[in-house]
Amino acid sequence: MPYACIYVPNFPIAAVSRSEPELRARALAVLEGNPPLEKILVLNAKASALGISPGMTKSQAELCSELVLRPRSTLQETAAHAALLDCAQSFSPRVEDAACDTALIDLAGMESLLGNLPEIARNIFGRANTLGLDAHVAVASNPDAAALAARGFSGVTIIPCGQEAEALGLLSVEVLFTAKERDAAEEARLLETLDRWGVHRLRELAVLPEVALIERLGQEGLRLQRLARGAAARTLVPVEAPLVFEEAVELEHPILLLEPLAFLLNRLLEQICARLGSRALATQELRLTLNLDCFACLDEENCGIPSESDAASTQSQSQSRAACSFISSQQTQFCRTLRLPLPMLDAKLFLKLLQLDLNAHPPGAPIVKIHLAAEPARPRTAQGGLFRPPSPEPEKLELTLARIAAIVGKDRVGGLEMLDTHHPEGFCIQRFVSELARKSQRRKSSQAVTEKVPPEKQTEKRTGEEISTVTALRRFRPPLRAAVSLDNGQPVRVACAKVKEVNGNVLWKAGPWRSSGDWWEHTAWSRDEWDIALQNANAIALYRLVHDLLGGGWFVEGTYD
Amino acid sequence: MSSAVISTPAATGRLFVFDAEEIDSEAVAELRSGSGSARQFPGSAMRVPPKMADPRLAGITPASRLEAGPLPQMVSTGIPAIDALIGGLPRGSLTEICGPASSGRTTLLLAALAAATDRGEYCAIVDANDALDPQSAAAAGVQLEKLLWVRCGENSPQSHPSAKLRAGSDTENKNKKSLDKNRGSSLGRIESQQRLEQVLRATDLLLDSGGFGMIVLDLGDLPPQAARYIPLTTWFRFRRTVERTPTVLLVIEQQPIAGSCSSLLLKLGPANGSDALAQHRIIHADRDRPVHSKLLMGMNLTAEMLRARPQRKPACPVSVAFSSKTAWAG
Repeated sequence: MPYACIYVPNFPIAAVSRSEPELRARALAVLEGNPPLEKILVLNAKASALGISPGMTKSQAELCSELVLRPRSTLQETAAHAALLDCAQSFSPRVEDAACDTALIDLAGMESLLGNLPEIARNIFGRANTLGLDAHVAVASNPDAAALAARGFSGVTIIPCGQEAEALGLLSVEVLFTAKERDAAEEARLLETLDRWGVHRLRELAVLPEVALIERLGQEGLRLQRLARGAAARTLVPVEAPLVFEEAVELEHPILLLEPLAFLLNRLLEQICARLGSRALATQELRLTLNLDCFACLDEENCGIPSESDAASTQSQSQSRAACSFISSQQTQFCRTLRLPLPMLDAKLFLKLLQLDLNAHPPGAPIVKIHLAAEPARPRTAQGGLFRPPSPEPEKLELTLARIAAIVGKDRVGGLEMLDTHHPEGFCIQRFVSELARKSQRRKSSQAVTEKVPPEKQTEKRTGEEISTVTALRRFRPPLRAAVSLDNGQPVRVACAKVKEVNGNVLWKAGPWRSSGDWWEHTAWSRDEWDIALQNANAIALYRLVHDLLGGGWFVEGTYD
Repeated sequence: MSSAVISTPAATGRLFVFDAEEIDSEAVAELRSGSGSARQFPGSAMRVPPKMADPRLAGITPASRLEAGPLPQMVSTGIPAIDALIGGLPRGSLTEICGPASSGRTTLLLAALAAATDRGEYCAIVDANDALDPQSAAAAGVQLEKLLWVRCGENSPQSHPSAKLRAGSDTENKNKKSLDKNRGSSLGRIESQQRLEQVLRATDLLLDSGGFGMIVLDLGDLPPQAARYIPLTTWFRFRRTVERTPTVLLVIEQQPIAGSCSSLLLKLGPANGSDALAQHRIIHADRDRPVHSKLLMGMNLTAEMLRARPQRKPACPVSVAFSSKTAWAG
């Protein structure tokens, strides 16, 4: 039964390199500890070549100008660990989370699906690279042998069944103690003992007599020898990796402009999309949380950070809402949520949408931390019909709507929905969605309510429409205030100061048509409508004249066109 | 079978395509040299040259008569009388519908939108003056869930006026100066320019997005002076963008503004008649009745085709009368 192991060496360094790929080519060290007592925890090979070693203080390391120092980030390591598990889960559902830098995969039965073992190992290696992890991959007949091989050999290693001892024999005994299961003192004691015996390689440990080893090191010695022989047998402990897709970055220096923010967002989005893609998922909701340095935000009203009450009031209405809350005396949290009509997986699209959203709602204060979370969703499977009329692509449409909203305003673009009222402006603007999104929504609603319109009813409706052409009204928004001369309560002359065409004697009139509504609310309305004809240049134009019975005043509401 | 293309000077550069196997080399040589005044085609190249009477040259087709591309697919306007006049609205082309107030432009627009949404197409209307009446649209049969409404106006996030609709910074400076002199009129102009900028940018985005069966620019309430601020290059760009798409680009306006970029130009107006009020289906008998018993029943209108690209400009204006009725007329 084959097992694969993915091991990420120098995990804190790998986590930093994943967030900042440009640091891969430079000497890098990760610091740990509270200032000013920070010390180097780990470093990469280039930093070692410069003479830097773990344990050096920050002030010592800073003497080397070529060295890049980064503080250890739990957020980055958590995200890297999640990416490691995502990589493993994309090949098999049986995955053991052996350590923060190690994942074991049960490959039993996967050969028929994914190819032979070397091919699978190469694919795992490639997938890990795609997710930003420089990993070692090893395949062996038992999980411990695979883990040891992954720790000891770089790149891709395949150990044939029965040759574990020979393959692992070249490795140093130190690989046995990097599992972090024991405390450092115990590890150091065992290593010192083996060193005194002259045992430096696993093959040397493997050939020691079992009984004598147990007499000196106890059962732990036997366990280590079995590991060295590649003969340890144990059952994999599979875990179900939670579907949490979050990436975060803490900034050493606050960001003041949106352009560098977009650069970082792009990186985070690419990482999230790669992780979602590896799990065959997409997302329908993105949550961006920015920690702001509130000392720099002197005037909250001018800086664009909405207050909590504002955020709460708009929460139910807007698709992407803002929230602002104080998390400490120094920092403020600024949240934006991007909801999509369909599950999508396009980092560039997400970046554009977030950019447009942030342009419309700027955070207004320097940003010190960026946190991005994606709500996973199953990717859409609907396919456009061959003979169906084309409809806008959901991704393009979403971007187009966001761009148009940036031009005309968010509440001034969308689809129409008529409200159940007699009010002349009884409609609302709703989100415009494409055919695929509509199908998806319909499918969801049909699961709850199985109500269908009979096809014959639709046919009837169409034939009824074909018969007549309906006279349309063009509205003036806002309605034009007019001075109206009355004769016996009827308009005889209309004068509108704003539009010179709407002036003159009333040639013909019909009305009044009285309507009212919402009398139980403060938005009550009551009006008399007149249809009037006025001389307009060489022709006659028809207008709708309205007398507001509650507020008073006459208005030209529109023209029949 | 091979072919040859020959340009004759008398035909002012027009190309003729020959089927080389069907004509002899002598005739081709004569045509190529252009010798013989009898074979020159003075005036219009559409004339049939004397040599064409030769049955051997029956296969020769003037290049001007060749179709450069397939004719655009025509879709219904939703009004049978207008369909009979213009054959429908061409896809992949720009169509202008002009006319004054109460000439039926919006009625035709809503009928076309209703027909398009009924075909299952998605439509977009870029409304320069926020003039669309949703109740009229619903009454006309427009499937509102398939209609994208872009409401342009001055209350936009980008409140700065446009300075690049027609010219560069000079125009902006002039606008600022005139704003100081005559604030009222300048404000109106700047507002119109701002609306226009929004309309054009939104239309660009919608055309680039693709997938819409019909995109409408409603400039019906914009003053013609403001509408003329749109540069001709913009219309060329729209025409080129929409050219190879199945989208109908429709412009509603008071006067034609797109020039030769539009494939179809339709002018609407009230019906001709002796009684102006009768144009609007206000019955004579109603005049003596009290106003509360009168009812606006609809409008009698005419549509005149001023230009159609496939047929070029018609020799004489062709028009058709049609009528609409109000939603409450039953």
